[in-house]
Amino acid sequence: MSPALRHMRYVLAENPVTAGAFVGFALLIALALFGPMIAPFDPLASDTDIALQPPSLAHWFGTDHLGRDILSRVIVAARLDMQIALAAVALSFVFGSLLGVLAGWYGGGIDRAIGRVVDTIMAFPLFVLAMGIVAALGNTVGNIIYATAIINLPFYARMARAETNARRDAGFVEAARLSGNSDARILAAQVFPNILPPMMVQVSLNLGYAILNAAGLSFIGLGVRPPTPEWGIMVAEGATYIVSGEWWIALFPGLVLMAAVFCFNLLGDGLRDIIDPRRRT
Amino acid sequence: MPVLVSLVLRRLLGALPSIAAVVVVTFVLTRALPGDPAAYFAGPAADAQSVEEIRRKLGLDKPLPVQFLAYLGDLAQGEMGTSLITGQPVSADILARLPASVELTLCGLALALAVSLPLGVAAATRPGSWVDHMARVISTAGVSLPVFFTGLLLVYIFYYLLGWAPAPMGRLDLFASAPTTITGFYLVDSLITGQFATFRAAAAQLVLPALTLGLFALAPLTRMTRASMLGVLGSDFIRTARAGGLSRGTVLVTYALRNALLPVVTTLGMVFSFLLGANVLVEKVFAWPGIGSYAIEALVASDYAPVQGFILTMAIMYVGLNLMIDILYGLIDPRVRIEA
Amino acid sequence: MMLLEIDNLSLNFRTRSGVVKALEDVSLSVGRGETLGVVGESGSGKSVLSFAVMGISDAAATVSQGAIRFEGLDLLKAGPSDLDELRGAEMAMIFQNPRTALNPIRPVGRQIADVLLRHAGVTRAQAQDKAVEMLARVRIPDPERRAKAYPFEMSGGMCQRVMIALALACSPKLLIADEPTTGLDVTTQAAIMDLVGELARESRMATLLITHDLGLAAERCDRIAVMHAGHVVEVAPTAELFARPRHPYTARLISTTPRPGASLAALEPIPGSLPDLRGELAPCRYSARCHLYQAECDAGPLPRQDDNGRMVACRRPA
Repeated sequence: MSPALRHMRYVLAENPVTAGAFVGFALLIALALFGPMIAPFDPLASDTDIALQPPSLAHWFGTDHLGRDILSRVIVAARLDMQIALAAVALSFVFGSLLGVLAGWYGGGIDRAIGRVVDTIMAFPLFVLAMGIVAALGNTVGNIIYATAIINLPFYARMARAETNARRDAGFVEAARLSGNSDARILAAQVFPNILPPMMVQVSLNLGYAILNAAGLSFIGLGVRPPTPEWGIMVAEGATYIVSGEWWIALFPGLVLMAAVFCFNLLGDGLRDIIDPRRRT
Repeated sequence: MPVLVSLVLRRLLGALPSIAAVVVVTFVLTRALPGDPAAYFAGPAADAQSVEEIRRKLGLDKPLPVQFLAYLGDLAQGEMGTSLITGQPVSADILARLPASVELTLCGLALALAVSLPLGVAAATRPGSWVDHMARVISTAGVSLPVFFTGLLLVYIFYYLLGWAPAPMGRLDLFASAPTTITGFYLVDSLITGQFATFRAAAAQLVLPALTLGLFALAPLTRMTRASMLGVLGSDFIRTARAGGLSRGTVLVTYALRNALLPVVTTLGMVFSFLLGANVLVEKVFAWPGIGSYAIEALVASDYAPVQGFILTMAIMYVGLNLMIDILYGLIDPRVRIEA
Repeated sequence: MMLLEIDNLSLNFRTRSGVVKALEDVSLSVGRGETLGVVGESGSGKSVLSFAVMGISDAAATVSQGAIRFEGLDLLKAGPSDLDELRGAEMAMIFQNPRTALNPIRPVGRQIADVLLRHAGVTRAQAQDKAVEMLARVRIPDPERRAKAYPFEMSGGMCQRVMIALALACSPKLLIADEPTTGLDVTTQAAIMDLVGELARESRMATLLITHDLGLAAERCDRIAVMHAGHVVEVAPTAELFARPRHPYTARLISTTPRPGASLAALEPIPGSLPDLRGELAPCRYSARCHLYQAECDAGPLPRQDDNGRMVACRRPA
C-alpha cells in the first residue's frame, strides 16, 4: 500500500463520520451510474389502478398519483440530480478558479474587472438570480446548470484569488520564475496545484448547495419537466398530497435529497479537517 | 451624531455601484428573454406588420443604449410594465404583495436569531457539553435541509397529524377578514386597530412558514455565533473583565457577546441572500401571497414583466439590507465608525 | 498574618496529550505593602500562579492540593460570589499586551466605570466621574476626553495606564502585575513601573510582580521568588538573592542577565531547556540541567528555610 493510501486509511479510521460520508458518496455515484439497472420498476410506467398506495412489500416507497413506483423514480433521479450538480460545480470550479487565479496573479486592472463581475453576482440573492437566469435563457435543464454554475462562481473566484495572492511571492514561485518559466507555466505547474486542496473542500461543500439549488428550481417548476424523475420535482408533486395525508410521495425523494446534501457537507467538513486541522469548528 | 451621518452617507455611496450593477444585469436579462417580446405581446394571430408596429411602440427597434435609457426612465417613475395575469401594473402588484414577504422573512429571521444566539453562546461557554454537541449537529444538519422539504414535513406533522396548525393556505384562513391596511403587516395592523381575533388568526398562519425559514437560517447563525464566541471568550480582554470581578452576565453579554456579534453581523449578509431565496420556496409551499409566489405564478404562465420586477425588487432589497448590515456593524464597532 | 499566603499549591492542566503538572507544592506569601517579584523563564508557571490567585484559571486547570489564603480567607474554598466580590475590589491584576487586554469596542472610561459600578456602590454617573479621576491619577492628559476614547485610539503605554487605572479604581490591597511592561518601549517601561510603585506606596498596596526580567525585579522588588518548571526553587530578599544566590538555577539565571560593567563573555546560557511537564518528572525538575547534580538529588529537592526569610529548595545549595 502506498504511503498516501495508508495516510488516507489512518485518517478515515480516525474520523468515522468522514468515512461514512465517503461511503455515502460512493453509494450516490453507484446510484447515478447503475440506477436504471437497479430500479425494480419502470420509473415512467403509470398504472392508475395502484395510484397513491402507501409503502408496501411490492412498492417499498409507495406509489404516486399516477401509480408510478416511487422507489424506482428516486433511484433513477439520482443520475439527473448528480449530473446537474457535478456539471454546475465543475463549470464554476473551472471558470471561477481561472478568473480567481488571474485576478490574484496579475492584480491591477484585471483584478478590479474580475472583482466587479464577482461583486455584481453577489449583489443578488443567489437563488433569485438563478431564477432570473433560467427565466431569461429558457426553461431547460442545461440552463439550470448554467444558472447554478454562475451563482457559485464567486465562491471559487474569491478563494482562488486569495490563495493565489498569498503565494504570488512564495519561494517556490520565485524559484520557478528565476529559472525562466513563463507565467502560464508557473500558474499551471506551481500555483494551481498548491491552491487545489482548499478548493477541493469548497467543491465538496458546494456540491450539496448545487443539488439544493437545482432541486429548488425544479420545485418551483423551472428546468426539469414532468414526468422526468428528479428529486425536487418529485417533492413538488408530493406537496399537493401532504395535506391529505399521503406523505410518502414527498417524503422519500425529500429524504434522499437531504441525505445526499448532508453527505456532501460532511465530506467537505471532513476534507477540511484532513487538509487543515486548525480550522476545525 | 455627525460621525454616524457620515458613516451612513459613505455606505450609501458605496452601495451605488451595486445598485447600478443590479439595474444593468436586470436589463440584460430582460433583453435575453427567449423569443421576440413584440411577437409575444402581439399575440399568435398577429401578422408581421402588426408585430412590427408593436416593436416600434415598445421601442424595441431602437439601439440598445437608447432602450437602456428608456428602461432607466421607466424605472425612475416606478414603471415596471404590466402583468398579463393580473392586468395590473407590476409595481402596484409588487407593492401590494411585498409586506407579506417582508413580514414572513423578518419573523423567520427573528425566530432564528432568538434560538441561534443563546444556543451559540451556550455551546461556546460549555465546549464538549451536550449543548455544544447539539449546536454542532444543528449547524451541520441544518444546512442540508431543503427548505421546501422541511416546510412540507412541518405541514404534515402539525397540520395533518396533530391538527395544531391551520391549513397552509396563505396569510389568513377563509373565515377571517384582513385587517385595515396601515403597514401591510397583518400582525402589526391587527394590533393597531385592536382586531385581536385577526391577530391570532394571522399569527397562526404565520407560525409554520416562519418556523421553516427560521430553521433554515438557524444553522449558519448558530455556527458563526459559536465559533466567534469561542474566539472572543479566549481573548485577553475577557480575562481582564473576569479579573475585575464583573458579574458573569456582564462578562458574557456586554463584553463577550457584543464583540462576538461582529462576525455574526457580517454573516447576516450571506444569510439574507439565502433567506430571500428560501422565501420564494416557502411561499410556494404555504401558498403565501408574497412576491415570491407572484413570481412563480408569472414564471409558469410565461408572464415575464412580473418576473423582472420581482428580481429587481429582491436585488434592491438585498442591497438595502447589506447597507443596513454595514451601518449596524459601524454602530457596534467604533473602529469602523471612526475610520479617517 | 500575611496578606496573601499560598500553601503547597499544586495545579494540573488536563490536555489531549496528557496531564500537565503546571505547579507543584508552591508556597509563597506576600505581606501588606510589600512588593514580591516572581521570576523565571517563560513556561515556569509564573502566570499560571497569578491566574490561580485571581481565580481566573483556564477551565482545564484543576487544583489538586493546597490553599490560597487572602486575609485568611481560603480562595479555593470560597463561593464564586465571594470571589467576584474580591476580584477587582480587594485584589486586582494588570496584564501584558495592554492593547489586547482592553475591550476593543468599549470606551476606556466605561470599562473603568464597569468595575466601579460592580464594587463601589456608586451610580453610573458617579462611576463615570470616578473613572475620569482615575485616568487623571495615572497621569493621562485630558482625562475627560480620553475617557470617551477606545483602546485602538491610544498607544500601548497609554493603554497600560488605563489598565492600571482600572485595576486600582477600587483601591485594592493586592495588585498582581503580570509582565506589565513587556512590549512597551524602555522609557515607557520605567514610567509605568514608577507609577505602579508610587501608587502602591501611597495606599500601602502589596504588589506581586511577575516578570522574566531579573533587572526589573531587582529594581522594584523587596523580595524575589525564583520559579523553575512549576517549582519555587528559591525565595530571598532582593539584595541577598543577587549577592549570594543559593540555588544553582538562581545563580545561572543571574549570570545570564547582562549587567552594566560586565563583559558580554561573562554571560552564560542555562544548559538544556524546561522539562516537559507531562508524564513522569524527576523529583527535582532542575536536575537534568544542573551542573551540581548528584545521585542524592533524586530524593527530591529539600526545602531549607533560614531565619532571615530565605528559602531554598535544593539538596546541595551554595
